Amino acid sequence: MKAAVVVYPGSNCDRDCKVAVERATGSAVDMVWHQETALPDRVDLIVLPGGFSYGDYLRCGAMAALSPIMGAVRAAADRGVAVLGICNGFQILCEAHMLPGAMLRNAGLKYVCKPVDLDVTNAQTRFTAAYGGKRTVRFTQGNGDGNYQARPDELDRLEGEGQVVFRYVDNPNGSARDIAGIVNAKGNVLGLMPHPDRAFEPELGSADGADLFRSALSSAL
Amino acid sequence: MTALAAEKTSADLAAEFGLKPDEYAKILARLGREPNLVELGVFSVMWSEHCSYKSSRAHLRKLPVTGDRVIQGPGENAGVVDIGDGQACVFKMESHNHPSFIEPYQGAATGVGGIMRDVFTMGARPVALLNALRFGDPSHPKTRRLVAGVVAGIGGYGNCVGVPTVGGETQFHKGYDGNILVNAMCVGLADADKIFYSAAPGPNLPVVYFGSKTGRDGIHGATMASTEFDEASDAKRPTVQVGDPFAEKLLIEATLELMASGAVEAIQDMGAAGLTSSSVEMAGKGGVGIEIDLDQVPQREEGMSAYEMMLSESQERMLAILKPGREGDAHRIFEKWGLDASVIGATTSTGHIVLKHHGKVVCDLPLAPLSDDAPLYHRPYVRPQPDRRIDPGQVEAPKDWRAAVLKLMSCPDMASKRWVWEQYDRHVMADTVADSSTGCDAGMVRVHGTKKALAMTSDCTPRYVQADPYMGGRQAVAEAWRNLTAAGADPIAVTDNLNFGNPERPEIMGQIVCAIEGMADACKALDFPVVSGNVSLYNETNGQAIPPTPTVGAVGLIPDYDLRMGYASMQAGDVLVLIGETHGELGASLYRRELFGQEDGAPPPVDLDAERRNGDFVRGLIRGRKVSAVHDLSDGGLVCAAAEMALASNVGVALTARSEHNAAPYMFGEDQARYLVATTDADAVLAAAKAAHVHAIVCGEAYGDLFASRELFSIAMTDLRAANEGWMPGFMN
Repeated sequence: MKAAVVVYPGSNCDRDCKVAVERATGSAVDMVWHQETALPDRVDLIVLPGGFSYGDYLRCGAMAALSPIMGAVRAAADRGVAVLGICNGFQILCEAHMLPGAMLRNAGLKYVCKPVDLDVTNAQTRFTAAYGGKRTVRFTQGNGDGNYQARPDELDRLEGEGQVVFRYVDNPNGSARDIAGIVNAKGNVLGLMPHPDRAFEPELGSADGADLFRSALSSAL
Repeated sequence: MTALAAEKTSADLAAEFGLKPDEYAKILARLGREPNLVELGVFSVMWSEHCSYKSSRAHLRKLPVTGDRVIQGPGENAGVVDIGDGQACVFKMESHNHPSFIEPYQGAATGVGGIMRDVFTMGARPVALLNALRFGDPSHPKTRRLVAGVVAGIGGYGNCVGVPTVGGETQFHKGYDGNILVNAMCVGLADADKIFYSAAPGPNLPVVYFGSKTGRDGIHGATMASTEFDEASDAKRPTVQVGDPFAEKLLIEATLELMASGAVEAIQDMGAAGLTSSSVEMAGKGGVGIEIDLDQVPQREEGMSAYEMMLSESQERMLAILKPGREGDAHRIFEKWGLDASVIGATTSTGHIVLKHHGKVVCDLPLAPLSDDAPLYHRPYVRPQPDRRIDPGQVEAPKDWRAAVLKLMSCPDMASKRWVWEQYDRHVMADTVADSSTGCDAGMVRVHGTKKALAMTSDCTPRYVQADPYMGGRQAVAEAWRNLTAAGADPIAVTDNLNFGNPERPEIMGQIVCAIEGMADACKALDFPVVSGNVSLYNETNGQAIPPTPTVGAVGLIPDYDLRMGYASMQAGDVLVLIGETHGELGASLYRRELFGQEDGAPPPVDLDAERRNGDFVRGLIRGRKVSAVHDLSDGGLVCAAAEMALASNVGVALTARSEHNAAPYMFGEDQARYLVATTDADAVLAAAKAAHVHAIVCGEAYGDLFASRELFSIAMTDLRAANEGWMPGFMN
């Protein structure tokens, strides 16, 4: 099994994602530069990491959504390959319309970095299967634009179809209906605002993120 | 010299540039002619206090700068210490006080950017940031705006670049109403045999500029940072630079890639005084000359003059000297990262800096007078008379103990700074094992891929330095050493950031001299060499100087991060043991300041033998796994340390009251060299202390949900937490 992490020039969680996947799953991880137009052969998981892709002086992720590699990412997603966007990666997936909705500035108008507890609201997805009966996980979040919003009917649909995968127990940023993570209709593209890639070993404060990477890669079997 | 463009200069213009009449006379004598405008600009920044350390250099020599682990001491962009296994830790602290007061967001942001560049210029990847912030009184009309701007600026820059901010301090005092302090520290990791330096290795080597384009921002920033403020200081906003953290991120990656490619001979970032200081220092240190064609400098604006280009402090720029023939490799790396780059000149054997613009020579100066012969002042000073000791028996007891404890735990200096550090990314790089939220006396990051960890802290107690600069200097070093020890680390080295007023005033110069001497004695006694530092003088407004603030940044090493310690791990049932002697020192204490408005009195004496003995003992307890939690005692003494442990561990504490007539000195005394440890086996700790000739007493117990001391006070933990957490958001929101 193989994972790939896309590296934009302003990505700053690219190494974190690589290490998290390696430690959690033992899988090999390729780093793919944003100017590439193809992904490695037979990749099972594509991670769009956190950071500030091209500086994000425009809307977060707006430029990255149009970057050269995105064509290959979109094609892979269409083929059913798992795509995981974390933080800036989630913003990019929204801007690329691979997930519905958009991110606004946090409700408190400030960057917020803190551990957050999340309810696993759908443990049936290919990203959450390893959580089994576990209902609450702890990741760390760090963002200024993590306030997820979508039209009310879109939100109803997401909830109705089980596409809301994680919800904040204590909403830190004003996200609609406490949404922290959603999947697309096919269930192979997950956008998640908090960082499982900073929660894969106990000394980091939580190891709950490891199961997310394990789920994503074992589902490829 | 007819080829030189000849804008006229004069002593008056020199004065406007911050040069004193005698300094200008010296320039005339050394050149044998009048400098032109560009040359005067070059002299004025190179001889500014900020770049030349002309007032402090003579005294900085008293600091110990060598040790078994020291690879590079002061004099380079950052200090370098050996952390074993072929790895090195590179770190430095630097102030951005003046710009942050004028324009808090950009001032603080570019302070963070500047200190990171100092570290990666040496070949190290930045892995952690800390910030020591000092603001004016909360009631001062400017304070809130400054706090909001500085914190947002630090976060906006560090978060984007992707380096975790793991520690620091935030304090408030009316002495900073007119001059806030923003001291930023960066810690990096490198291979010990791949450290890069700035000295040009020889003549005829290409000089390449890369990074952001040069604009008109920050012109004369170094000179601005070397003068006092007055009512007209807001007019200096254009001298503050504007930061671009995305450009910094690109610069880090490109610089480290360029270094790894083997193309770099020498490298220097463009910080204060920009292209001037970087080119002068590289050529001057290498004993060569340098010739630059300013037409080749990437420029953001049209029509920039030579003077503007040389004095610009545009951010995120680097200057490198390449191995001959490696320009192509370098170009590919710059292209990959989308950075502007240009070969702007070459090193020469002339010993001169020669600048050309539009085909004309616009500057031709011998390098030696610029750096090596910069003015060195032995400014007159008076040693301050330390305040008299406060007799503990004469200190007033609180009328209402409960109110007193709550007041201390909610006062601006003790209150939780969650509002601040929640705006900083503390976890990026996924190696942070202790940060401001952890309940640990130091921030801590793993050395990536190993079991080792680096612990780091920044400390200073300005009220002690104000009362007795010598003892205050000792205390700042001792507290940093103690904080690293309490975290389970071996303290290894120090960076200092000396913030003072106008050194031309003998009483301020006396503070500088005495504080340095105190620091030097403490560093020597604790084997804690100073490997880098920064001096920020002229922190004055309308003749009112800041409290003397020699901030100490320090780094320690933990061989195995499973042996790290904090104060959030106390368990119900643990016994609290107080390590170190308590005499009840309350001079210049938080207790007397906050409860009675009294700031006088001698600070607690620092017994360096006791520091060493008690610290080594506590570190031994930690390594031997004899304790469950450790906290150093500082502001507010035993009560505040115990309260912080209780809050962080989420368990109540009952402190043993003592039978004396007045318990205040025991409860609030700020005696040094003390630690509070929690243990399940107090007898073993007491026996070990006795054997090590360390003073230790049982002072309380952890249980329940009250913070209490029989017959004195009893506070529900929820009330204590509300008081401690409530002040800062209440102030800011």
